[in-house]
Order: sequence, then C-alpha cells, then structure tokens
Amino acid sequence: MRRVYLDNNATTPVLPEVLEAMRPYFGEHFGNASSIHHHGQETRAAVERARESVAALLGCRASEVVFTSGGTEADNLAVFGLARSGDHVITSTIEHHAVLNACKHLAKYRGTTGCEVTYIPVDGRGLVDPADVKRAIRPNTKLITIMLANNETGVVQPVAEIGKIAAEADVYFHTDAVQAAGKIPIDVNKIGCDLLTISGHKIHGPQGVGALYVRKGTLLEPMLYGGSHERSRRAGTENVPGIVGLGKAAELAISGFERGDDRKMAAARDHLERELLEIEATGLNGEGAPRVPNTTNIYFDSIDGEALVIALDLKGLAVSTGAACSSGAIEPSHVLTAMGLRPDRAKASIRFSLGKQNTPEDIDFALALVPETVGRLRELSPVWLKSAVSH
Amino acid sequence: MSGGVDSSAVAAMLRAEGRNVIGLTMQLWNQRRLAGHEGMPESVQGRCCSIDDVYDARRVAETLGIPYYVVNHEERFERDVVRPFVEEYLAGRTPIPCSLCNNHLKFDQLLVVARQIGADQIATGHYAQVVFDEQLNRWLLKRSVDKSKDQTYFLFGLTQAQLSRTLFPLGGMTKPEVRELARKHSLVIAEKPDSQEICFVPGGDYKRFLEAYLTEQGDKPTEIAGEMVTTDGKVIGEHAGVHNFTIGQRKGLGVATGSPLYVIQIKNDTRQVVVGKDEELYSRTLRARRVNFISTSELREPMRVAVKIRHKHQPAPAIIESAGPDEVRVTFDEPQRALTPGQAAVFYDGDIVVGGGWIENSTQ
Repeated sequence: MRRVYLDNNATTPVLPEVLEAMRPYFGEHFGNASSIHHHGQETRAAVERARESVAALLGCRASEVVFTSGGTEADNLAVFGLARSGDHVITSTIEHHAVLNACKHLAKYRGTTGCEVTYIPVDGRGLVDPADVKRAIRPNTKLITIMLANNETGVVQPVAEIGKIAAEADVYFHTDAVQAAGKIPIDVNKIGCDLLTISGHKIHGPQGVGALYVRKGTLLEPMLYGGSHERSRRAGTENVPGIVGLGKAAELAISGFERGDDRKMAAARDHLERELLEIEATGLNGEGAPRVPNTTNIYFDSIDGEALVIALDLKGLAVSTGAACSSGAIEPSHVLTAMGLRPDRAKASIRFSLGKQNTPEDIDFALALVPETVGRLRELSPVWLKSAVSH
Repeated sequence: MSGGVDSSAVAAMLRAEGRNVIGLTMQLWNQRRLAGHEGMPESVQGRCCSIDDVYDARRVAETLGIPYYVVNHEERFERDVVRPFVEEYLAGRTPIPCSLCNNHLKFDQLLVVARQIGADQIATGHYAQVVFDEQLNRWLLKRSVDKSKDQTYFLFGLTQAQLSRTLFPLGGMTKPEVRELARKHSLVIAEKPDSQEICFVPGGDYKRFLEAYLTEQGDKPTEIAGEMVTTDGKVIGEHAGVHNFTIGQRKGLGVATGSPLYVIQIKNDTRQVVVGKDEELYSRTLRARRVNFISTSELREPMRVAVKIRHKHQPAPAIIESAGPDEVRVTFDEPQRALTPGQAAVFYDGDIVVGGGWIENSTQ
C-alpha cells in the first residue's frame, strides 16, 4: 500500500545526509568525547562542530548551546533551571506539555512554597497578546516561557515583542522553538530570548537529541548531576551520533532557507489547505495569524477526528488530531480549546503537517482521499444526518 | 480488544479465517482520575483501560499482523454508564453498568466508528450467539454453548440493526478451548486471568467509588441518611444512605436482632430501608420497563418463558404479558428471591433470548 506521511509535527524522517553523517559515530568513531586520547578527540571535535552548526541555525555562539536528550529535557531545564521557590513564572495556555506540565509541577511541588504561575490566554486566532504578558509581570517574576510556533496550529507568537518586554522588566525569557526551527529563520538576538529550545527529530534529525540555547551569563541550575559535561549545565556522556545528526540537520535547514524551501513548502501547504477548505462545513484553525509554512489545522464539522485519522491511516495517509495520551487514545486538544473553539469542533479538527520529503504527489494523494473519506464519515454520523435534515 | 483472552482469541480466529480485521480498544475511563480521592487508593489498581491492558492488546494485534487503534469514548462512557450507575445507587437501585455499556458504547458508538473506518461488522469476545432466522426474518440472540460463560443477560438490549452487524465468534466455544486457541496463536495473554469486577470500580468497592466520584463532581447529596424500618413499619435504626444497600443484603445493616435480617425493599422517596426475614424476600411478580424484544417485534399475547433476574440466577419459569408501551408484567410459577430494581429481567425461550427489560421498583 502506498503510504503518505503528513504528520511531520509529530516527527520527521531522518534525511539520508543526516544518517550518513551519523553512521561513523556508531562504528569507527566510538570514543567518549571526554577522553583525552585520539578516540575522544575525534568525537569531541564532532560534537563541537555540531554545536557550531546549531549555533549558526539560531544566530548564537557555540558556547551558548547545551545539548540535551530532546525538546522536553531542554524545556524542563529552562523552567527548573531558573525558577526557584517563591518565584513567579509566566507562560501561556497553549504551550506544549513539556512546558505546561513542568510549570504545573513548579506550582505544586518545587521548593517549600512552590512557584506561582500565570497562564496567559490566547485569542481566537491562537495568539498571545504581548500586552497581557506585560500586565502579568510582578516584582518576583523570574521567567517568561512562551512558545515560538504552536505544534497543533503552527501559529507563530509575537516573541520579539515579548522579548522586548522581558528585557525591559529584567525577566528571563525562554521560548520553545521546537516547531519553528527549520521552518522559519530563527535569530535569538532578534527574538531577544535568553533561552530557546529545539529538537533534533522535528528538523529531520534523529530522535533522542535536542538543544537548549542559554544566553551567556544566564545562571542555570542543572537538573542532572554528574560530570562537567556541557559546561556543567547537563551532566552525562554526550550522545555523539545524535548530536552529530542534529548538527547535520541544522546545516541542512540553513541551506534549505538559502534555497527557498520554506516558500515552496508554504505554497504546497496553501494548495492543500485551499482544496480541503472547499469541502462543505470546514474551517481553518488559526486563521488570520502568522503561521509556520508546513502546518494546517482544519475542522470538519460533525466528524469524529479520531475516526477520520484511523480511516485515513487505513487508506495510507498519516495525519493527526489533538494529542495522544498514554494509551494512544486521543484527548481533546488543550490548544484548540484555549482558542475558544467549540468542543465538537475541537474534536473534529485534523492537523496536516508537511516535511522536506513530501512531494506534490503526496499532496494530490491526500486531496484524492480526504474529501471522499469525510463524506463517508458524515453519511454514517448521526450528528451530520440530524443537521442535514434541519438545513 | 480489551487485552484479555476472549477478545484476543476472537481477533486470532477471524484473522485465521482470512478476514480483514482491525483491532480497536475503547478508552473508557481514566483510572487516575479518582486516585487518592476520598479513600481511593493513590496507586491505580483497577483493570479498566489500564496501560497494561492496552499494551497487551497492542502486542496481540502486532502478533496477528492486524492494524490496531485505541479510540477514546471517555465522555460518552461517563454520560451513559458512570453517571447512571451512580444515580441508580443513589435512588436505591442496583445497576448493571455492563448492559448500559453494551447498549450505548460497544454496540452503538463503537459500531458507528467501526463502520466509519470501513468495517462492515464488529466482533467481540462475548459468550453468546447471533443467528438469522429465515422464517421469522429476524436476528436471534442465543445463549452460548458454554452455559457457565453465557453473557446474553447483558446483551438483551441489542436491536435488530445492531445484531445484524455483530459477530460473537466465541459463542460455540468453551473457555478452555478459547485459552487453547490463544496458546496456539502464541498470544502473550493466553494465561491472563479473567476479569470479574466492574471495570471502572477498583477492587470492586462501589461505595468508595460513589463517594469519590460525587466528591469530585461536587454534587454529593447533603441529606442521605434515613431510617431502617421493619416490614410492619417499626423504626429500628438509622442508615447512612440508600446507596449502601441492595435487596437481599444481610451483612452491614448495623442493627442487631435475634434472627437474621435482610433488606427487603428500598424506598427512595422516604429514604427508608425496609428489613425483614428471608421468607419476606420472595415475590411472584415484577414489572419490567424499557423492554427490548429480540425474537419477536412485540408481545401480542401472554407468553411462557424462563426469566433470569440477575447474572448468576437460574432462569425461572414464568408468564410474560404486555403491561403498556415497553412494559411487561412477569408472573413466576414459583416466588423468586430478591427481585432487585435496577437489575435486568431477561426472557428466554430455551436458548433463545426473547427480550428483556429493567426491573422496576415495586413502590413506584
């Protein structure tokens, strides 16, 4: 069966060049990057080259890049590395769970008195209002953590404005850029952030590696204790193949921007989106907001999104809805709910997310499949039939 | 697929027949929701929708090489099964959540999902049989060959449309045969013990579950205490809520008398629990409401059947006759012990399920 993958916000396939770059570090270059001998020197050099590549992608210094086990660890390191008992933290209602649940934990258990957390709401387009962030700042505010691009809708937040507000108030600003990296150009100085998270497997690198940008001079308490790896900000022997893969993926992302891949991807996404919105009783989530070029999130009224995802998967198209819980069942999206979407529409929403490997034929495949499948689901939907009668 | 032996064996059988099989597990209840509430254990103990069971089902699907998905029906389950379960107890009745789940979830919403994703039928691990009768032009529900496992009591609410799209592949098998089949297919769950309890009530302690759920919902009734009275109206004590009792209950009544006392009746309007001697528990008639007929479309004249009034009850000979729309009056040949409102009365003609309904409170 032909299979088309349009769920690149969940993970992306490792590009062949990335796999090639990683391969020697599973074999002949096996050294521990902390060792003083030849083997260690070889892998140390590879790790530092990768750090430079990541720094180039983010517009920062190599020394400001801390490698982690992924986006979640980097987000947690930013939150737990800065917030202390009695501090106030500002975040948004649409963050990824890696930030949201870290903040919840902060409010509940950390320290003797815990931290206070303010959750900034979003408007119907899914945007945080920087003025809300400014108003939420208190004398004891330590950290603002607001994402760059949302994983479900692709909506890009006004992070540069928030960065300015944070700087004026002398508050640390972290942004989760996992879904923005490789899709839109990132410059930590233009954003004005002190910390920024990226993940390897969302940019066609391997799973199990990520990085946190930490602005020079930021006093970050580590979460893991052990050796003095990563300038004592993250103990543990480096995941050399993973780091090399992330570095290569960062290089490829930079050359992609130079070629204009992002504009091409936006055109493909727009084509898909336009055609899907031709289907009766549909709508775009995040309409009117700036978005990354690869994501579109659409509701199909009277549809059970879960059933649509399964029906499409059985026909070879991989897309997603909401966030999967531990059993694999789908839970109502906290992002769409926070945007004020009706619960039935939140459950009827599907995310299509493109990757570098997708071809125009992939889009055609989706467009041949989705309208027909939506039609079949609606024919069997008691809610749709009821609404059709009343029309 | 629950991750248990029965539904796993069904998947294996249908796959072996060369059918196109899709595995589905229903996520119905979040066990962690009430953990730590009102004396509920901190750690999650219940079997329902546990990660382990989903893992088992997924492993079975993988072994069989079939696509597999978990579908979330928590909202509907709470609305159509958990809430009515709680409300029935608060109204002094003894509910059967499994029947509600079959009627509203498995053979309704799950069937819709199954058809939407391209399936024609759903198959479950229930011990029951479905056959089409040409003469009657109806789908019949019949007891399973393994009488000790028969689950038709919980399936009396199925409609003709539902039965026409249902497969019960285990209906002709015994439990040991099912286990053997699971072993033959090298399914990891072949030796997994059977589950007995209500899936969403950890440890079977429904009272603790009610307390925790009502507290979580913030609608714990304030006045639930009532009187304990004898059949001749004498007040002999107090009780802490009608939900603590079921008809025929002897233990935990909180009153001490010379001879053993049993709960005879629960009066919801006055919150009185009526107790009496064992012989006072017997009655010959009952009314069944919201009746569903399977082997016939309606009851034109009185019919001789055998009626089962609880899952482990031996069906007793009786006459059923219509008592209004969707209502049936049941008259047993011999008085039956502990007719319990909230339980089902299921009518059998031999192995064939004629239909069934919900036992009504005799005071209402």
